[in-house]
Amino acid sequence: MNIVVCVKQVPDTTEIKIDPIKNTLIRQGVPSIMNPFDKNALEEAIQLKEQYSGSVTVISMGPEQAKATLREALSMGADKAYLVTDRAFGGSDTYATSYILSKVIEKLGPFDVILGGKQAIDGDTGQTAPSIAEHLGIARLTHIRSMKIDGNKCVVEREIEEGIEIVEAKLPILCTATKETNKPRYATIKGKIDSLKADIENITLADLPNMDITKIGLKGSPTRVKSTFIPERKSSCEMLESVNPRETAKVLFGKLAEAKIL
Amino acid sequence: MDLKQYQDVWVFIDCFQGHPKDVGYELLGQGRLLAEALKQKCCAVIIGENVDEAIKGATEYGADIIYVVRGEEYANYSADAYGHAFLELCEKYHPNTILIGATANGRDLGSKLAIRLKTGLTADCTALSVEEDTGNVVWERPAFGGNLYARILCSETRPQMGTVRPGAFKKPQKCQNKLSVMIREDIRTKQEDILTKVIDFIKAKDESGIKLEEAEYIVAGGRGLKGAENFTMLKELADLLGGSVGASRAAVDAGWIPQSKQVGQTGKTVTPKVYIACGISGAVQHLAGMTESDTIIAINKDASAPIFEVADYGIVGDVFEMVPAMIKEMRIAKNLEQ
Ligand SMILES: Cc1cc2nc3c(=O)[nH]c(=O)nc-3n(C[C@H](O)[C@H](O)[C@H](O)COP(=O)(O)OP(=O)(O)OC[C@H]3O[C@@H](n4cnc5c(N)ncnc54)[C@H](O)[C@@H]3O)c2cc1C
Ligand SMILES: Nc1ncnc2c1ncn2[C@@H]1O[C@H](COP(=O)(O)O)[C@@H](O)[C@H]1O
Repeated sequence: MNIVVCVKQVPDTTEIKIDPIKNTLIRQGVPSIMNPFDKNALEEAIQLKEQYSGSVTVISMGPEQAKATLREALSMGADKAYLVTDRAFGGSDTYATSYILSKVIEKLGPFDVILGGKQAIDGDTGQTAPSIAEHLGIARLTHIRSMKIDGNKCVVEREIEEGIEIVEAKLPILCTATKETNKPRYATIKGKIDSLKADIENITLADLPNMDITKIGLKGSPTRVKSTFIPERKSSCEMLESVNPRETAKVLFGKLAEAKIL
Repeated sequence: MDLKQYQDVWVFIDCFQGHPKDVGYELLGQGRLLAEALKQKCCAVIIGENVDEAIKGATEYGADIIYVVRGEEYANYSADAYGHAFLELCEKYHPNTILIGATANGRDLGSKLAIRLKTGLTADCTALSVEEDTGNVVWERPAFGGNLYARILCSETRPQMGTVRPGAFKKPQKCQNKLSVMIREDIRTKQEDILTKVIDFIKAKDESGIKLEEAEYIVAGGRGLKGAENFTMLKELADLLGGSVGASRAAVDAGWIPQSKQVGQTGKTVTPKVYIACGISGAVQHLAGMTESDTIIAINKDASAPIFEVADYGIVGDVFEMVPAMIKEMRIAKNLEQ
């Protein structure tokens, strides 16, 4: 069973603060982490390998510092890691990113199972992984709970808003993991030490000769960010005294009634 | 690409077992606004086995044209069958804009269409408008966990596509006597071209009472509630108001309340008349799901909690005193006690 996992390094969005004067994001000092859902994807890959044997490859597209995330993946139990990096890839939207990653997967493959996260917590699109499947022309099942393999088939529990679908599909398949898929393991000390010595290869544009360069980077991206802004918060909160809770409740309901809200 | 060849705003009516989800109707309201700005038509796309309910709904919510693809291969969603049908429609009619609800299936379908049509898809939008001079849709969406918002354009290719958060918009008014043009297309997908097959379905446990997304009054609890048992008082207050109980992710993660009640970036987006946040700090991820509520009331021990920055009425106090007091006053007002 050959498995590849797409992992993204993301800023820990819970640590991002707003500069109250400049009204900009403070990214300095914000730790970079492995996208939480990608950890679930990796855990699922490692479990599949433990059950059915095979190997787990991780790939990440990003700057040199994303190697830290790849090392973390190795320390958890991935066998091989590649950093996909090139200036020509910069500015890629989900269309271009998924195209580049699909070319990398073609180069490193063939794979039976491709795993990714439900979404990345920085961009939050949830589009990249299913788009990779589309570029590759293979089946995909997003938001999986669990995955069982039986020969060249798999049975997957898939979360949708109404409940859980049990879905059958042939391999190869791309699946995306959620928080409910599993509980990611911690790296062992030995794993951590080994990962520091591991050799992580870079894959650049030159390594991907059959890439259509009109489809990559900023130029190859159909969407473009026009502007960004920090959401305005109305700071018009009317504070009510709470010395006597019942009195406060009365005042509150009185005000709501007056404003015809209740 | 001659962009002018691409006309009309299409809205995908996402259905489950023949029942349309609200988001499709919410988007018909937005689609109408975009279509008016573009001087084009607002159309609904319905794919399924049982399509009658969706056709009726799309008419009531004002679609000018309804495209319908019917077949038993569309009984359950699959990227392959739905994608094939939708792509055939696009090839024949060249829509300008496609709106899809950002549900599990909607996001999946959107990515398939965008890659195959070689066009841009903006995910999980919360506001839409049209750039007057260019006719580009401006897709507005949160990023970095709701810390930042981005406005995104797809200016060179058509159709321009986006998925939109369920609950980000209210359903429009129903139309009286709307005459929609119905176009039925006989598009079939061969079984062997459908790579994934749904073989069983386990329904999520039925929630009693009013659905969170539809509630006009929401009483939501966070980590400050301290335990599952304390959600009963929130339920009591919600019942008195005729509303529903919501929660922060901290409360969900603690196992006090099911995930279906989670409000926020990775939960539901809600826009009730009144949102009462009890013991919720107001992390951006939570705010991403509730700031569009008409009136927000926050109860928190900590006067510096960020929830007060979005609240209309704030009470610095203990939820264990305030909520019972509110219940008591409500009951008195309703003549349930003296
Ligand atoms: C990728 C990602 C996605 C996320 N998505 C969501 C999401 O969709 N929804 C969501 O809610 N969160 C989400 N979060 C989590 C979010 O960052 C916060 O951790 C969470 O919202 C905190 O919940 P809370 O306000 O209940 O808890 P806390 O932040 O711990 O706040 C508890 C509050 O209760 C107050 N309190 C305590 N005791 C009392 C009392 N007796 N009376 C009154 N007040 C009291 C405290 O002062 C405090 O302000 C997400 C995080 C990540 C990383
Ligand atoms: N730069 C990247 N490198 C590797 N995997 C990625 C990258 N961007 C996105 N992915 C994968 O796609 C998933 C969804 O990301 P997104 O569409 O950005 O929300 C992530 O959880 C990853 O598995």
